[in-house]
Amino acid sequence: MALDLTHIRSLFPILDQEVNGKPLVYFDNAATTQKPQSVIDALSQYYQTDNSNIHRGAHTLADRATRTYEKTREMVREFIGAKEQEEIIFTKGTTEGINLVAATFGRKYIQAGDEIIISTMEHHSNIVPWQMLCEEKGAHLKIIPVSDAGEIDLEDFKKLLSPTTKLVSVVHVSNALGTINPVKSIIDLAHAQGAKVLLDGAQSTSHLEVDVQALDCDFMAFSAHKIYGPTGMGVLYGKREILESMPPYQGGGEMIKEVTFEKTTYNEIPFKFEAGTPNIGDVIAFQKALEFVKEIGKANIKAHEDDLLAYAVEKLSHIKGFVPIGTAKEKVSVVSFLIKDMHPFDVGMMLDASGIAVRTGHHCTQPLMNRFGIEGTVRASFAVYNTKEEIDRLAESVHKIAKIKNK
Amino acid sequence: MTSINQVQEEIKDEFEILGSDRESTIYYIMELGNGLPPFPEEARTDDHIIKGCQSKVWLEAKEEEGKIVFLADSNTDITKGLISLLIRILSGRTPDEILQAELYFIEQIGMGNIIGSQRSNGLASMIKQMKLYALAFQSKLNA
Repeated sequence: MALDLTHIRSLFPILDQEVNGKPLVYFDNAATTQKPQSVIDALSQYYQTDNSNIHRGAHTLADRATRTYEKTREMVREFIGAKEQEEIIFTKGTTEGINLVAATFGRKYIQAGDEIIISTMEHHSNIVPWQMLCEEKGAHLKIIPVSDAGEIDLEDFKKLLSPTTKLVSVVHVSNALGTINPVKSIIDLAHAQGAKVLLDGAQSTSHLEVDVQALDCDFMAFSAHKIYGPTGMGVLYGKREILESMPPYQGGGEMIKEVTFEKTTYNEIPFKFEAGTPNIGDVIAFQKALEFVKEIGKANIKAHEDDLLAYAVEKLSHIKGFVPIGTAKEKVSVVSFLIKDMHPFDVGMMLDASGIAVRTGHHCTQPLMNRFGIEGTVRASFAVYNTKEEIDRLAESVHKIAKIKNK
Repeated sequence: MTSINQVQEEIKDEFEILGSDRESTIYYIMELGNGLPPFPEEARTDDHIIKGCQSKVWLEAKEEEGKIVFLADSNTDITKGLISLLIRILSGRTPDEILQAELYFIEQIGMGNIIGSQRSNGLASMIKQMKLYALAFQSKLNA
C-alpha cells in the first residue's frame, strides 16, 4: 500500500519550514524523529486540563491523570507484545533502561569472573554501563566482532559464549550503520548457555515489528522520542520473574510499600523501579505517537522506508567519491557514508547550508568507527514522512559537495 | 604592513559580497583553507593540537625578528578556512599587537550563524591559543 505522504507530512508541523532559504529536508531521524501534532496537542492538553501527581491522589484530577498515565503502559505492552503491563517500566530513555539493568540485575547477579558479551557496534550507552559494572565486580566484557559489511557473524558469537556468560547485551538495529542484527538467534544461543539477554531497541522499535515474547528477550530498552513521541521518556521491558528478583534501582517515593527507619519494604513491579514523580505529561503524550504508528501500520512504514533506502543507495552509489559505510544485507533506512578526501563534519555543514539535516561524527559508537579505521561518518536516516524528492535533493547536494575533491 | 583592523575590514568586505547565502559563504570559507601554506610534518604533534568535538587543529608558532609567525592545519576544510582567516590577521605581528587585537570581524560577519555553535567554540579556542603563544613570546622577549 502506497502511503499518503502529503497527508502524513501535514501531521508534522515542523516539516513545513525553510532552513537556510531552502525547504527543510529532515534526515536525522535516527537521532530523533519529529512529532505529529497529536503528540504536541496531547502534551499541552495534559497540562491544560489534567495535570496532577499520579497514584494515591484523593481527588478527581489525580485519578484522571493516573488512569491516563497507566493507559500508556497497556498501549506499550501491546506495542511490543509483552505478556503483562507490569513488565513495562517507564524510564527517561534507552540509556536509563540499560543503566537500570546494570545497576540492579548487575548488582545482584554479576560476580567476579563472570562474563558479559556486547558487540562492536554498540552505542556508548550499551558499553559504558557494562564497563563500569565489570570494573566494580571484577567481571569481564567480551566483544563480538563486526564484519566489513557491518554484520555480526553468529559463529564469532558462539565462540565467545560459555557457561560463565551471564548477560548478552546487544543492539537490535545499529544506530550508526542501520544493520539489523540476528537477535533471535543470539537470544536462543545465549539462553542455551543460561545467559540473559538485553536488547537495545532504540533504533528497532520505530522500524520493525518487535514482539518481545516471540523474541524471548529478557530485557529490552527503548526511547519514545525515536518513535515520533516526546523526549525524556522511554521504556524498559523485563520478564516478570527477573524484574521481581531484582533489587530496586533508585530509592524514593513511589517505589516503596512501607517505610520505617528500621526497614523499608518495596513496592511491586513496575513501581519498584519508578522512584519519584515520573514524566507524566510525556508518558501520556506518547500514546498519540503509538496511535500514529498503529494507524499507518508498522508493515507499511517498513515497506516505505525500505523503498526510500533502496532509492537512496541507488542514487548515491553513482556519485564519484561516495563511500558507503555499512552495507549489511538486512538494514533499516539508514545510509552512513563518507565522501572521499572530505571530513564528515564539513559535508554535514554543507548539507545543512542547503537545508538538509543529517548527523555527522562517531554517532556515539567510537569503537565501531575505530573498527572501520575512520573518525566518523555522515548519516542520513529516513522516517515515514520522508520522500523520494527529498532523497533527490540529498543526492544532488552530495554530488555537488563531492565534486570539490572528486573531479 | 596593513593593520590588524584594516585586514578585518577587508575580510568583512569579502563576506559582504557573498551576501546572505550560507551555502556560498561556506564554500568560500573552505576555499580559503586551501590557501594555507603546508604545515610542517614535524610539528604535527599532540602538544600542537587544539581538539574540538569533531575537528582537530594543529597550531605552531615561531618568532621571527620580534614577530610571531603562525602555521596551522586542520583535518576539516571549513576549520582550515577559519584558521586561515585568523592567520591572515594575526601572523607576522608583534606579541603586543596580537594580545591587544580585538577580533570584531567574527561578530560583525555573523560568523556564529554561518558556522554554528560547535565550530564557534573551536574558533574561540584557536584565538585563545594564538594569544597564549603571543603571551609566551612576549615574556620571552622581555626577559
